[in-house]
Formats: sequence, structure tokens, C-alpha cells
Amino acid sequence: MAGLVVLVADLFVGDGKKAVLGWISVAGLAAAALALLPLLDDDRSTFCLTGGGTHACSYTADRFTLVIQLLVLGGALLAALLSMSTLKDSRGDLPAGEYWFLLLSSAAGAALLPASRDLATLIVALEVASLPAFALVGLRHGDKRSSEAALKFFLSSVTATAVSLMGVSFVYAATGTLHLTEIATKLQEVDGQLDTLARTGVALTLVGFAFKVAAVPFHFWVPDTYVGAPLPVAAYLSVVGKAVGFTGLILVTVVAFPSYADVWGPALAVLAALTMTAGNVAALRQQSTRAYSAVRLLAWSSVGQAGYLLVPIAAAGYADNEAAAEKAVGSTVAYALMYAAVNLGAFAVAALVGRTQRLNRVSDYRGLYARNPLAALVLAFFLLCLAGLPPGIIGLFAKVTVFSAAVDAGLGWLAVVTAVNVVIALYYYLQWTALLFRAPEGEPVAHRAPAPLTAAIALTAVLGIALSGAPQLVLRFADTGLF
Amino acid sequence: MIGISESVMQFLLALIVVGPLIGAVAALLPAPPGLKGKSPDQAVLRHGVIVTGAVLLAALVLALGFDHDHPSKMQATTDISWIPALDVRIHLGIDGISLPLLVLTALLTFLCALYSYFKMPKGPSPKAFVALILVLESGTLATFAVLDLLLFFLAFEMVLIPMYFLIARWGGEQRTQAAWKFILYTLLGSVVMLLGLLLIGLKSGTFDMVALATDNGRGLSTSVQVIAVLAIGIGLAVKTPMWPLHSWLPDAHTAAPTVGSVLLAGVLLKMGTYGFVRILLPIAPDGMREFAPYLAAFAVVGIIYGSLACLALAKRGAKGDLKRLIAYSSVGHMGFVLLGIATMSPTGVNGALFANIAHGLITGLLFFLVGALKDRTGTTDLDSLAQESGAALYGEAPRLGGLLAFGAVASLGLPGLAGFWGEMLALFGAFKPADGLSRPAFLTFMAIAAFGTLLTAAYMLIVVRRVCMGPMPQPAAEPAPPVLADVHGYELAAWTPLVALTVLAGLWPAALLGLTDPAVQKLLTGGKS
Repeated sequence: MAGLVVLVADLFVGDGKKAVLGWISVAGLAAAALALLPLLDDDRSTFCLTGGGTHACSYTADRFTLVIQLLVLGGALLAALLSMSTLKDSRGDLPAGEYWFLLLSSAAGAALLPASRDLATLIVALEVASLPAFALVGLRHGDKRSSEAALKFFLSSVTATAVSLMGVSFVYAATGTLHLTEIATKLQEVDGQLDTLARTGVALTLVGFAFKVAAVPFHFWVPDTYVGAPLPVAAYLSVVGKAVGFTGLILVTVVAFPSYADVWGPALAVLAALTMTAGNVAALRQQSTRAYSAVRLLAWSSVGQAGYLLVPIAAAGYADNEAAAEKAVGSTVAYALMYAAVNLGAFAVAALVGRTQRLNRVSDYRGLYARNPLAALVLAFFLLCLAGLPPGIIGLFAKVTVFSAAVDAGLGWLAVVTAVNVVIALYYYLQWTALLFRAPEGEPVAHRAPAPLTAAIALTAVLGIALSGAPQLVLRFADTGLF
Repeated sequence: MIGISESVMQFLLALIVVGPLIGAVAALLPAPPGLKGKSPDQAVLRHGVIVTGAVLLAALVLALGFDHDHPSKMQATTDISWIPALDVRIHLGIDGISLPLLVLTALLTFLCALYSYFKMPKGPSPKAFVALILVLESGTLATFAVLDLLLFFLAFEMVLIPMYFLIARWGGEQRTQAAWKFILYTLLGSVVMLLGLLLIGLKSGTFDMVALATDNGRGLSTSVQVIAVLAIGIGLAVKTPMWPLHSWLPDAHTAAPTVGSVLLAGVLLKMGTYGFVRILLPIAPDGMREFAPYLAAFAVVGIIYGSLACLALAKRGAKGDLKRLIAYSSVGHMGFVLLGIATMSPTGVNGALFANIAHGLITGLLFFLVGALKDRTGTTDLDSLAQESGAALYGEAPRLGGLLAFGAVASLGLPGLAGFWGEMLALFGAFKPADGLSRPAFLTFMAIAAFGTLLTAAYMLIVVRRVCMGPMPQPAAEPAPPVLADVHGYELAAWTPLVALTVLAGLWPAALLGLTDPAVQKLLTGGKS
């Protein structure tokens, strides 16, 4: 992670050529991702407690960490590619130096989070990832919607963090430690008086992370924030922001609180069902002619997808042994990887269309095939992946792993709710897809896409298609333990 | 019949499944120099004919190379690990049950491509049309060739998107609604089916259909089987379609272009019944036994309901649509297929499979004919076609009229034609259902279903009476009515194989039953061959 730190420092100094900054950031993110490679072969830990016969560390780089870090850095990389053309188009509305600094520091926080193994580091990382994001959302000068979105995002997020901090302190009071593995062992022998305290602590800690993943009832900030933020930031939040929340949730539930699975298992299952239903129904109600409806639709659909992502974590709460729980968590990771590639791709095409159609309505996508056949085909592929229908094979199998986690855990009702939601979601995804191939209204205008945007779209498309051919690449996480 | 080495057979089967997909991608690319043809549209339609023709050829060679002495054995098998994490294997193979369906699919798709080459339905560019037809073909062929539960689900889902676009883009009136109804219904069904498939796979530890069928449900507790049969059965029943889950079918058929209707009726519906035979009967027999009487009851209601709906549509002044009528008759015919399956006896299941193929041939032909009628007269509305006294197709276009009458009597189950044997065997099966099933109940079902054949005969004859017969219009009448063109050469080419096979299957049912019977015996009893 040193590369990131250096880069952030670099940015303070080099504020001259704005375009160069973008490329430096992309290179830095790519270098950081490459730096993950040598870590692949074995688990490393640092900042460990020594003595006392216990072994608990604050920073661990195991397979789970690396996979999530890869996701975070890749997501940030793609968001950076998208940002380049956005920054160029904004002509000074967005201050470039600050923008890159904030994006990178947020990515650094997000990359720290999956490696942290104690509650304090976890919360710090969460805040490092979130605080720059608030600023990013509100960065656009003189834009009322942007600052309103930032304020909404900030206030709800801070409340959630405060609640979650309170939960952490309860847990600390009950167990006397902050290290996740230690908590796991000590929670089993909490004495009767402190039991209620520990239970409340567990529940409250989860709230903060539930906010990050935009689970019901903490989902209201999503559409407004996504619409108010610059598009690449929305894409970043929808993927990296979500990844952060899920990682935190997984670490807290599966690693730290396994003995309280009877508390968080059912709670998460209900949360998952509510989240996906709320997200999908809201997406269904979007009118295609409303301003910014494309981004709104993606925002609500991302809430729905968050619901699917929660299903395996809830299933982990019902697992009878550790291996089954890890497998269920692996399903979430696999689904998140698929979702990251595909959703960023959809946002990239939305950014492309947004260059000519300022309002970015869904109805603006009518006849995209006639204007730009490749972009239309790629967007259709992404949307069908999100819907989980062939030719989006990877989307289909990612859904299959989610279903199989639910069925395996005996959560039949949740599986049925998910099934109904898949059908609801298909309606709006396919409606959008069908629109792409309609005859266009008016004369098609030839439009050249900027290189970074094209690169981002191509990268996600290649990823999506490669994964469809060899789903094993991501699905293997659903099979083997990650910790 | 002829000896072909196993590896060639494997290659052929893989080609049959993957070939159309490659063809679909190629259809979207610009034509290479030398193959440009007269116009880009013509080139791409010709491409469709060539690809489907090649697939049909491969399927025929496969059928020739198939070891007819051991039809119960899986042949031309390929078994490669694809996604170890989910235990998904690319496991392909054919036996006496899947081979006829495979050939039927390849044949019907080829005939559709041929028909569209000359008569492209109105709508956007043929490029996408050909690509979609090819993806559809690949999906259906894969459904009949795969032996892995999750792969089966993938193939099952693969047909949804192409069919949706075929109806929504090239269809007739009300196509958008009909397309939505089609895809939402079938997707809901198939997602529920996925839950059942996962339940079976997770509880038994394998998704391999052959291993599960060999086990014959011994590895699964009865309660698991009951839940799995309920979930999978709902998914398959929507596709089949079984009354009361059929309501998407008439709309989809009415709105779909001719080629879409032919494929929908001839091939897509078969995926549902094939699933019953291939998955539910051998893998979860205990669960199936619980639900068999209900399935049979629904099937019989479907037979009567379909016939009554057709009778109502065929009545004078009912503004009945011919396509809708044939769609409802499909509900009735699929009722016979489901009744045969529900008996769980070899006779009944053989009858079901036979009726399956027969329905594909006959209904495919009928939809082609009605489509041709629509092209000529611009309507499929029975009232405006027949007016007061009948459309007099015999007089105006004798060959077309003759074919329509042939299709109708074949559909009502005239002995000597394909429709007869399937229905008769299904009824025979109901006369003596498998052990453990209530015989009196099935005898009642049999009696009602037999009454249904009577109703079928009634409405089919009414249709023939109203469309084919009637007085010739007077040549002197003013304004002179437009002359109906008789059967064109390409139409004859597309329909002759269907007519010939209908007669052949009717006169020589042993050819087909010899293939299916050993395979059915094995599926019902389990064990290795």
C-alpha cells in the first residue's frame, strides 16, 4: 500500500498539468494492484499482539483480503478512467488536484479495510474510505444538487458511524478486546449480566455497515447521492463503497461474532429480503423520461443487488460449521466481483451517453444501437448480466451460487423472495435493453468516445465476457475457504 | 446403423450445440468478400439457411451413427469439468429419448430458416433475426443434449431472450404485451425450477443427471423429493404449458411471427415435457408419485379446457383467431402428453414422447399454413376469413386447402397419422397406471380425456368446414375478389418434410417407439445399462 501513500503525497506537490495527474493516479492504482501479486503465495500479518500465548493481528493479508483489495483497486482504477473524461469535460467545475487526491485517499481506506482485523482499525478504515467520498460527492462548484447530495450522504453516514461506534464500545466493554478473533473466543464466555450488552453491541455495530451497503432502511441516500455526484463518483460508490460495507459486514459477522449467529443470521436474512424488494420495486417505478432516470435506475438496481449480496452472508449465519460459513461468504465475494465488473461497465456506458445527452434519461438510450452498435451491445450484455440471464452467463451463475447458499442453509423462504425479485428486476433491465435496439428518433449523430472511457468500457466488457466463458475464475471463491 | 467412431460422434454432438452459437456471432459480423450475395439482407438470410442446414445434416449423421441396438445407453458422451466450484460439468450425450427431439429441433429450425429466406417477416433488419433464431436453436438443442442439471437450467434460460425479441420485434398486434407475458411467466417458472434443481443437487451431492437417474431417487429422502418435484414441476409446467399456467401461450402465439410460432409450439414446449421425463421421473420418483394424480387431473382439465376454448373460438361470430385456436389446441395436446407422463408407466411415457414429436410436426405444419394464409389474406380472424358461407379454400387454392385439412385431421388424431399413436398410448397408460397410483382415478381421467378427443375432432372439423369449404365466389361479382395464390415452391419445400414425417410416424410408429421404449424402461427403473 506504500505506493498509494507516495502517490497521495506526490499529488500535493504536482498541481501543474492536470491531465498528467489523472494518468499518474491510474498508474498508481495499477501499480498497487500489481503489488498484490507477490503477496499471493502466503498469509502475512503485521501489528500483532505478542506474548500472552495469543496470536491476534490488526493487519492480515490472507486470500480474502487480497481478493477484496483487488476488487477495490480495480474498481477505483476503472472509476479513475471514467473520471478523466469527466474532468476534462467539466472545464474547471471540478478541481482536478483535489479530485484525484480525494479519490485516491478513499481508495486507500477501502483497501485497508479488508485487511484490518480489529474493530478500531476497521472503523478507522471505514471513515478513511467515507470522508473523502462525502467531499467527492459535493465537489462540483456552484451546483446545489451536488452539495445537497453530499450533505444528505454525510449526515446519514455520520449517524450510522456513531451508532456503530457505540456498538463497538459495548462489545469492548463486554469482552475487553478489539481484535476480531479474540472477540470471537471471548464472546462465547460472556457472563450472564453482560449478555444483553454484548447482544446490543453486536446489533449496533452492524448498523454502520448496513448503511454502507445501502441496506433497508438505510438506503434513502442512494438515488439522490448518485444523481448529485459526478457520474464516476457514483460508479465508485456503487462498487467500492459497497465492497467496503460488505467486507466490514463479513469480517464482523463471520470472524468476530460467530457465536451470535442466531442474532445476526435472521436479522440479515430479513434485511436482505427487504433490501432487494425495496430496491427492485423502486427501480421498477422509475419513469424513463424523468431527468437522470438512467442513473436513478442504476442506483435503485444497486440497492436491489445489495440485497442479493446479503443473502449468502445471512446464510452463513445458519451454517452449522465454519467451512460452510466460509463457502457462503465466498458466494458473496464471487457475486461482488461479478457485480463490480458489470456495474462499472454499465456506468461507463452511461457516462459515454451522458456526454451527448446531458439529462441522461433512460429514454435517451432509445436507438443507441443505430448510433453506436458496440456500446449498445456491450450495455445490453451488462444489463443482462445484472439480470442474470444468458448471454450474461456469469450473472446467471453468480445468482446460482447465491441461491445455492440460501438453499443449502435451509432458507427456503428467502430463496423464493429472491426468485420473485429476479423476475421483477428482469422487467426493468430488459425494458432498458429492448430500448437500445429500437429505431432511433431523429438523425443519429456520430460521436467520438474519448480514449480513457473507451478503455474502461473495453476492460469491463472483456472481463465480463471472459468470466462468462470461464466462470470458475470468480466462482472458485464460493467453493474454498478464504480466511 | 452405420458405424461411426465415438470421437466423431462426440464432435458432431458438440458441433450441433455450439455451431448455431458461432453462426449467430458470425451473422452479426459483416459478410466476408465473396459471400456478399445480392444484398446484405439476402446474404445473412442465406447464412442462416446454411448454418441450420449444416446442423440438421450433423443431426442426421448423428442419428445414423446412433447405435440403434442400445438406445437406452447414453451415446456420444462428452464429460468435461467446467466450473468445479459449482460442480458444473459440460456433460453431453444422447439416448433414445433425446435423439428424436434433437432431430426434430434441427429440422424445424432449418425449415424455418428456409421459409424466412423467401418470406422474411415484417420488422427490423434480418441480421438480428437470423442471429436470434440461431441462439434459440442452440439453446433448445442444448436442452436436449445436456446431462447436467445446472447446464440444463442454463440452456433452458438461453431461449428466453431470443424468443422475447422475436415476438417483440417481428410480431403482430399486441406483441409487446405478449412478449412480456411470455418472458415473465417463463422466467418465474424457471427460477422456481432452479431452486428445486439446487435442492436435488445439494442434497444428493451431484448435479449429474446420469448418476442421479441411475440412483433412481434412492439418495434423496421423500420429503426432499416432494419439495423438489413441486418446484421443478411448476417451472416445467409453465413451459409445457399445463392448465392453469398456460395463459401466456395463446397471447404469445397470436402475436409471434409465423416462424416464432412454429418454433414455440414445435420445439420450446417440448423442453417442458422433456424435463418431466428426463429429470422428474427418474430422479425423484417418490415425489413424482405423490403428485402424479394431481398432474393427471390438471392435464385432463387442460385437454377439456383447450378443446372447449377452441370450440368457442371456432363458433361463427366469435371473432376467433386461427393462431389462437391452434395455441389452445396445443394446450389440449400437451394435456395428453402430461397425462401420459403422469401414469408413470412405460406405455404412458412412451405415448407422451410420441405425442410430443407428433405435436411438433403437426402443429408446426399448422402454424406454417396459418401463417401462409395470413400472408395471402392479411388476417387470421376466422370470421372475416369465412364470412357467411366459408372461405372456400378448396376451390380457390386447392393445395393449400388440402394441406390445411390434412393438418387438421392429423391433429385430431386420425389413425394412420402421427397424432393417433401418442394419444392412444397415453390413454392406454392411464388404463393401467404404474403400481402405487390409484387406478380408479386414472380410469376416470382416461374416460374424460377420451371425451376430449371427441371435442378435438369437433372443433377441427368445424375449422375445416369454415375455412376450406364453401361456395366459390362468382367470377362476375363486382369488385372481383383477389385471387389467392396456391402453394409456392418454397412453401412446398418447407412443408413436405413435415407432411411426410407425419404419415411415416403414423404408419410406422415402431421406428420411434423402438428408440424410446428401452430408454424409458431404464429411466423408470434406474440402474446401469
